[in-house]
Amino acid sequence: MEIVEKGGINDLVIKLATVNGTGSASANSLLMRAIFRMGIPVMGRNFFPSNIQGLPTWFEIRVNHRGHLSRSGRVDLMVAMNAETYRQDLADVTAGGTLVYDSTWPRGTTLVRDDVKILGVPLAGMCNEAFTGVRARILMKNIAYVGVLAALLDVDMDVLRTLLEETFASKPKLVDANLEAIDLGYRYATDHFECPLETHLTKLDKTDEHILIDGNTAAALGCVYAGATFAAWYPITPSTSLMDGFRNFCQHFRKDEDTGKNRFCIVQAEDELGAIGMVIGAGWSGARAFTATSGPGVSLMNEFLGFAYFAEVPIVLFDVQRAGPSTGMPTRTQQSDILSCAFASHGDTRHVLLFPANPAECFSLSVEAFDLAERLQTPVIVMSDLDIGMNDWMCPKLEWNDEYRPDRGKVLDAEALEKLPQFLRYQDVDGDGICHRTYPGVHPKGGYFTRGSGHNESARYTEKPDEYQQVMERLQRKFKTATALVPKPILANAAQATPWGVITIGGCDGAVREAVENLGAKGVHIDYLRIRAFPFGAEVQAFLDGHERVFVVEQNRDAQLKSLLSLELDVEKDRLVSILHYSGAPLDWPTVFTGIFEQVKKSAAA
Amino acid sequence: MTFIAKPKISYAGQPKNALGLSMHDYEGTISTLCAGCGHDSISAALIQAFYELEVAPHKVTKFSGIGCSSKTPAYFMSSAHGINAVHGRMPAVATGSNAVNKSLYCIGVSGDGDSLSIGLGQFAHALRRNLNMLYIIENNGVYGLTKGQFSASADVGTKAKKGEVNEQQPIDPVITALGLGGTFIARGFSGDKEQLVPLIKAGLKHEGFAVLDVLSPCVTFNDHEDSTKSYAHTRQNFHRATRLDFIPPAEPISAQYEEGESICVNLHGGSNVMLRKAGQEYDPTDRARAFAYIEQHQKRGEIVTGLLYVDAEREDMHTLANTIDEDLIDVAFEDLCPGSAALADLQERFR
Ligand SMILES: Cc1ncc(C[n+]2csc(CCOP(=O)(O)OP(=O)(O)O)c2C)c(N)n1
Ligand code: SF4
Ligand SMILES: [Mg+2]
Repeated sequence: MEIVEKGGINDLVIKLATVNGTGSASANSLLMRAIFRMGIPVMGRNFFPSNIQGLPTWFEIRVNHRGHLSRSGRVDLMVAMNAETYRQDLADVTAGGTLVYDSTWPRGTTLVRDDVKILGVPLAGMCNEAFTGVRARILMKNIAYVGVLAALLDVDMDVLRTLLEETFASKPKLVDANLEAIDLGYRYATDHFECPLETHLTKLDKTDEHILIDGNTAAALGCVYAGATFAAWYPITPSTSLMDGFRNFCQHFRKDEDTGKNRFCIVQAEDELGAIGMVIGAGWSGARAFTATSGPGVSLMNEFLGFAYFAEVPIVLFDVQRAGPSTGMPTRTQQSDILSCAFASHGDTRHVLLFPANPAECFSLSVEAFDLAERLQTPVIVMSDLDIGMNDWMCPKLEWNDEYRPDRGKVLDAEALEKLPQFLRYQDVDGDGICHRTYPGVHPKGGYFTRGSGHNESARYTEKPDEYQQVMERLQRKFKTATALVPKPILANAAQATPWGVITIGGCDGAVREAVENLGAKGVHIDYLRIRAFPFGAEVQAFLDGHERVFVVEQNRDAQLKSLLSLELDVEKDRLVSILHYSGAPLDWPTVFTGIFEQVKKSAAA
Repeated sequence: MTFIAKPKISYAGQPKNALGLSMHDYEGTISTLCAGCGHDSISAALIQAFYELEVAPHKVTKFSGIGCSSKTPAYFMSSAHGINAVHGRMPAVATGSNAVNKSLYCIGVSGDGDSLSIGLGQFAHALRRNLNMLYIIENNGVYGLTKGQFSASADVGTKAKKGEVNEQQPIDPVITALGLGGTFIARGFSGDKEQLVPLIKAGLKHEGFAVLDVLSPCVTFNDHEDSTKSYAHTRQNFHRATRLDFIPPAEPISAQYEEGESICVNLHGGSNVMLRKAGQEYDPTDRARAFAYIEQHQKRGEIVTGLLYVDAEREDMHTLANTIDEDLIDVAFEDLCPGSAALADLQERFR
């Protein structure tokens, strides 16, 4: 089925092929923000190498007036600045599209396509003439292609100027230089080509009350707002910017005005074992504490995760997933840590997982993660990924309710302890599996020596079968309690009753929503449930019960979400149909559309 | 086996410290270690030190890894909070706890296996952060809990119970800590409480990472002839490089210390340590000379003990991290959350 349509007004994909370390990132971001400021929904995705300088990088900007911003598999306008990848970049352009290249140097005559409009602009040549200094020339070459695109797409020049003035508020000279470069590209394009292209931009009003933010920044902000005071980490892509963000926000918001001292503590640990151990120590002491890592770090944290589960220590862990196994592809995305996180560590362990679908949810779910961790006295793992964490997404403005107060869960203070005849750390007083805890230093009656070894209600070492099992069964009860407390899934029913359902998690949301909408337009109706947490609640079971066939869309090879659903819920395996995508690039909607459409067609024929 | 709480019996007329607590109030559950295990003597020394320092037990946090030695925090100060963490990873847990609640005394108990093999990295990095804690290594040259394999502190030529001889170089925690830039480095012997108690007190009062390596014979797996970590061998080769008196803040430093033979080290909170040197050539504030002295004596088979190096000036983790004076856990939520107006302002940046 042919689903690749032509681009149109405010509906196109721009791809910029460059070399990393040349400053193209700021040019690309300038272009994306300008489109955003024109009121047109937009999102940019960065495809970058695990390398510092000199390797191919792509930036893909999707513009869509309906607000669909997942990948579309289309390229309407390619800016091919990297000679090394030119051949592939040309091949990637959708028929009827346009390619812009730097014509300073001759290009092989074989590198043409009849169905692609190829426009050469002597970017390097023009910039070498206009600017001095090697670095400036390279940087300005990138800014100059923004000028070319401004002409081809009809980008509002006032918006570009304002953005540059804001960016270089303290360096007006740079504003002028950048504007000059933009003008170079703009004039060349208007002088030599028919501008704008048929597929171009016009102002809309669909980005008011929205922001462009990446998930790691949003999650970091969530940690600040949730009142986290301690963080420990070990650098790893793609999670590093989360901790950078936390540090920046803390420097801004958490300095004592009088003394200049910090109302936070961040430790760059010696490794991930150290990082999570520190977070456990802080969480146990009564602070809101977190760490951020990716797959390799989670593997190292396993022993401690089991410890925190068994000793019942509240901690928050962000797993910004990347392509595995092993070191895998550090700068490519995946959702392949689902099972390893759900059951991290040896023995009977299980963990609460949250699945944000976008940066806005990275913010809100990180606050919820701290509340849940403390309410349940257990690790909560926020399952983000590289696509969400490191790309700028268009989201509704983040909101904060000033009435919010942290849910610290069941904590006994000095007064409560004073009244107790005896404090037993692991006694299920309320029958919900959640016991009362105490902070160190509060009261002599509150002391206990916790451990990852077999223990009884009073936290003492035990090898007695009944005492050990009592604790294990209570932990099971606690996990049942968790089912009712975690964020509910989001259900979107089709226009009419249907035996078909689709389930997904996290960053697949955009692609699935677009696919479902387009399937509906083709007469294939499908109900959609986005799971936001593990353990799965009654709503997920009801959705499975209510549909004959349920597609499970996820970004890993081994159908980990589907496995977890069949493991935890009551459903015949053959009623679940996988749609898998694990190339390392974020999921695109045509993959989901085609996957579902083919199946539905097949079953209609049967 | 059952593990029961020691009944707290209060005898009339039992001596009490200034807090009105008796030594019993500093005890823990009954030890399950082998009778005669060195580790139990260290627990007893800890009980005495805390009692005499007049520290309320619930103002202490106790941390340990895994091993016979790491079990011992259960055997002193039941009303203190503690974590029996995973093998070799106690320093991390202590770091996080101290980071958010620095007003409590922080003490770690580890073994030579726990700290010098699986946990060598964490040990080194806690020291590097100059975490304000007393870090005790109960050193017996073997893995007691897994039944007597050599640990990394086993000396060359020492013989295991079953006859195997160790040929690998030992990792000496004192030499290691000196090399890593430790700020308080001491060695004691579980059989010498007279020396051990003041070492513990001084370590607790040191504002920074205090390493206390305590030779602590394993009577079950490493107390035979041909073992260099046995009671007999340790007693025979024990060499006090310094004699140490811990002087609490209120007490004057008496005239019994002669100029040139003793050094006074001022610790935080007004306590002092008087070090009387065994020989003129020893200077526990000179890292290079301390190193040379210990090396020299160890070559002769002597086990050098005492407060071997101290630098009371180096800044601890909190000073380096510039954290507020208040404990982080006590900061009100209003002072942590910037609120909705700040969020609205901030988001102008994201447009
Ligand atoms: C990850 C892990 N590996 C191995 C063990 C098994 N283990 C328990 S205690 C121990 C050695 C303890 O030796 P040491 O720290 O010297 O303590 P001791 O018993 O001698 O006091 C080992 C290897 C463990 N608990 N965890
Ligand atoms: S095995 Fe050794 S270290 Fe362990 S309790 Fe017995 S004597 Fe102590
Ligand atoms: Mg040992």
